[in-house]
Amino acid sequence: MAEIFHVLLLTFLIVCAVAVAYIRDLLSAVILFAAYSLVMAIIWQQLDAPDIAMAEAAIGAGVTTLLFVVTISKTRRQE
Amino acid sequence: MNDFVLQTVTQILMPFIQVYGIFVVLNGHLSPGGGFAGGTILGASIILYALTVDVKAAEGIYPDERAEMVESASVLVFVLLGLISLMMGRNFLTNIGIFPSPETGTLLTGGFIMPVTLAIGAKVASTVITLFTHLFEEKKS
Repeated sequence: MAEIFHVLLLTFLIVCAVAVAYIRDLLSAVILFAAYSLVMAIIWQQLDAPDIAMAEAAIGAGVTTLLFVVTISKTRRQE
Repeated sequence: MNDFVLQTVTQILMPFIQVYGIFVVLNGHLSPGGGFAGGTILGASIILYALTVDVKAAEGIYPDERAEMVESASVLVFVLLGLISLMMGRNFLTNIGIFPSPETGTLLTGGFIMPVTLAIGAKVASTVITLFTHLFEEKKS
């Protein structure tokens, strides 16, 4: 059961990472990157590293997304 | 952004986020997390408020000058705590019990780890807020 969960998480991670590189809309790319960070945090927790998971959830899904959104609001939205 | 749902949810949620951040910082020596993770959560709550409700109001909660002052002062606290153990004839930041340690798992244990974690938490929270305000207002520092 846990292995199916891990395979699902890793598949979602790879799909997100490839989609971030291919998508043209920058705001969508930032949101996809936040989803990537959230899944990465769950994976860290599954790998028995709750400390890193907490930092990843706060930095990756929180602050980085906010800074990217501010940057996009200062510049153009399309690539 | 003038979205009513977003503003209301942010104003309801902000105290809980901050209490969680303070909890993570205070329990840095007992549970997962610590100064870095808790400080980021604290800083992110202020940034969330600035982005959804009002930048000026968030600036009023935690002014930029105070953030820069706290940022420098907490580094000073870190270094001074390290120097205390240097004064006692040990290496820099050697853990000397300054709390009377009652038992394992209670809050006032762990010697220097809790004050150092508090300093790191204040530093990281201020740094995150300063980063956001400088990026948002394009200040020349």
